[in-house]
Amino acid sequence: MTGLLDIAEVSKRFPVSGGPGLFARLKRRISGGPENLPKVYAVDDVSFVIGKGETVGLVGESGCGKSTLVRALTRLTDVSGSIKLGSRELALKPSRVFARDRDRARIQMVFQDAGDSINPRFTAFAAIADPLRRLRKLRGKALKNRVETVAGQCGLPLQLLSRFPHQLSGGQRARVGIARAIAVEPDLLVLDEPTAALDVSVQVVILQLLQRLKQESGMSYLFVSHDLSVVRLLCDRVLVMYLGKIVESGPAGEVFAHPLHPYTQALVAAVPRLNDGADTRLRLSGEPRSPIDPDPKVCRFYGRCPRGAELCKTSMPALRRFGQREVACHFAEDALPQAKAAS
Amino acid sequence: MTPALAVEGLSVEFRTRSGVVRALDNISFSVGKGETIALVGESGSGKSVTAYAVMGILDPAGRVTAGRAMLGDLDLLAATPAELAQVRGRRIAMIFQNPRTALNPIRPVGRQIADMLIRHGDVPRKAAPAQAVDMLRAVGITDPARRAKAYPFEMSGGMCQRVMIAIALAAKPQLLIADEPTTGLDVTTQAVIMDLVSDLAQELGMATIFITHDLALAGQRSARIVVMHAGHVIENAPTEELLANPRHPYTAELIAATPDSAQNLAALAAIPGSLPDLRRADLPPCRYSERCPRKTAACAQPLPQAAPGTAHSVACWNPLPDRAAIAPEVSAA
Repeated sequence: MTGLLDIAEVSKRFPVSGGPGLFARLKRRISGGPENLPKVYAVDDVSFVIGKGETVGLVGESGCGKSTLVRALTRLTDVSGSIKLGSRELALKPSRVFARDRDRARIQMVFQDAGDSINPRFTAFAAIADPLRRLRKLRGKALKNRVETVAGQCGLPLQLLSRFPHQLSGGQRARVGIARAIAVEPDLLVLDEPTAALDVSVQVVILQLLQRLKQESGMSYLFVSHDLSVVRLLCDRVLVMYLGKIVESGPAGEVFAHPLHPYTQALVAAVPRLNDGADTRLRLSGEPRSPIDPDPKVCRFYGRCPRGAELCKTSMPALRRFGQREVACHFAEDALPQAKAAS
Repeated sequence: MTPALAVEGLSVEFRTRSGVVRALDNISFSVGKGETIALVGESGSGKSVTAYAVMGILDPAGRVTAGRAMLGDLDLLAATPAELAQVRGRRIAMIFQNPRTALNPIRPVGRQIADMLIRHGDVPRKAAPAQAVDMLRAVGITDPARRAKAYPFEMSGGMCQRVMIAIALAAKPQLLIADEPTTGLDVTTQAVIMDLVSDLAQELGMATIFITHDLALAGQRSARIVVMHAGHVIENAPTEELLANPRHPYTAELIAATPDSAQNLAALAAIPGSLPDLRRADLPPCRYSERCPRKTAACAQPLPQAAPGTAHSVACWNPLPDRAAIAPEVSAA
């Protein structure tokens, strides 16, 4: 499989208040030293590859850095590390410059709530046409044709194109959001919880639309979601994030059937199942560790982890490879034999 | 068993500028003492309106046009505001959907719990703050004495929801209405919060009405499921029975659309059509009939009414075949 997007050692830290007082900081700045503000480690040293035509799921709880990571690789925000699209390095360009880059059209995004992410003063037509005008420089007849083609692809009736977002239903707005993103024929489509606000009946239609579009165009997807049962259905591979780090990755079916990392195990156990009244009762207790200046020697999951050994307090587990899977846990081997036996 | 709450023939209308919305039409269900039932349906099906009507907190535009909601001997829909004020918080409590907006943003959470204890829990003013801290501990908040002084914005969504639960349960009510208590929370937090609600409900012998759009979650957490569609109760059955043997076509489609039920995306079935406009004067008696693949001429009659006490009731003239009635023959052969 050829890689489409290759990101390596991507980190993003946000300064927060509550460190040394203003006066101390000013003194340091005047003397030329670093300000030493405490920082939230939103994304901490993350690397992965998305192959051509692959659907990768990204899961994790709120606040784990999913959205920051997504904003980093869609180049909406600047980060440290390397983001390679094909052979081209994108991380060096400031995001403001990248907005007018020729490769901007190759990575597109479908935002979480289509109702909030479409300009309320744009009609559906104008919303879909906007990226085509800016990135493809289409005008007049050619623009109209292209908008109507993608609207058709996304199952959006042409008579709805003159409507404003508030005149559309949730499912129709989701379709506008998708049509807008695929209008410029991207290679990678990043979907941030595209169905979170929709009812199950509408969610099914949108998921099936996404799968059909992928088969037609060969796009790659990065699908961000907290709904594991949806990720299982749509994705080839899944990345599990916890407090800014990837803790487990691998083929979606295997990861959900036999999770190796204790966090993934708790995550999978917590998903309500239709035909399975027996709840395994694997629960996480306690609050997550603070993401502000975390101790680099302690596992991020320590404190909530049912395992929590002495080793976890003194050394941060690195991602280790087991066949097609990667896990960041000192005790991954313990869960491995069961996973092997089953597969 | 006398029910903790019995809703009979409840109808609610909203007057709006563009016409009268008939949001609830003749709905009935009941919840037994210590029982947990789930109200399930898509958005706009009337789940929350049902809860608001029972609590007497409908929007001023809303009006109860018919029906009773019996809490013991008291009809909540006919009760005076003074009577309701005695009942709410003390005998019925509610957990709202979004804890961040439901909590008072400018009052520390410990004070909010103490207010409830003083007003409805018959706790002396002096003892309330200490007892509020105990409540916070009971809902699993670490370092409760310090957290009691925190404001809602200083807490995570899961912690705010725990505070909501502590407030709702402060006066040990007989009936708890939980309106999508875990929407917007992570699945891991959702599991913990739901455990907490069911454990406390069991401990206090409390009846629980659990409102959700997540059929899988309802299946795991309730003894009985009431399925709503466009302001009607269309099916009401014990959970296992409903999931294994759905009789109403809409229930069957809802189950087939739940991502968890399928092996792959193609096996998931979409529900054709959308909810009818509830402002229409010519709404058919069965509000699902315009989307329904099993529609017959009989569907133009008023909906069939289940006999009281039926374990599995379905509001449909042409329901799916009863699999339970066929199954024994198969096992015999």
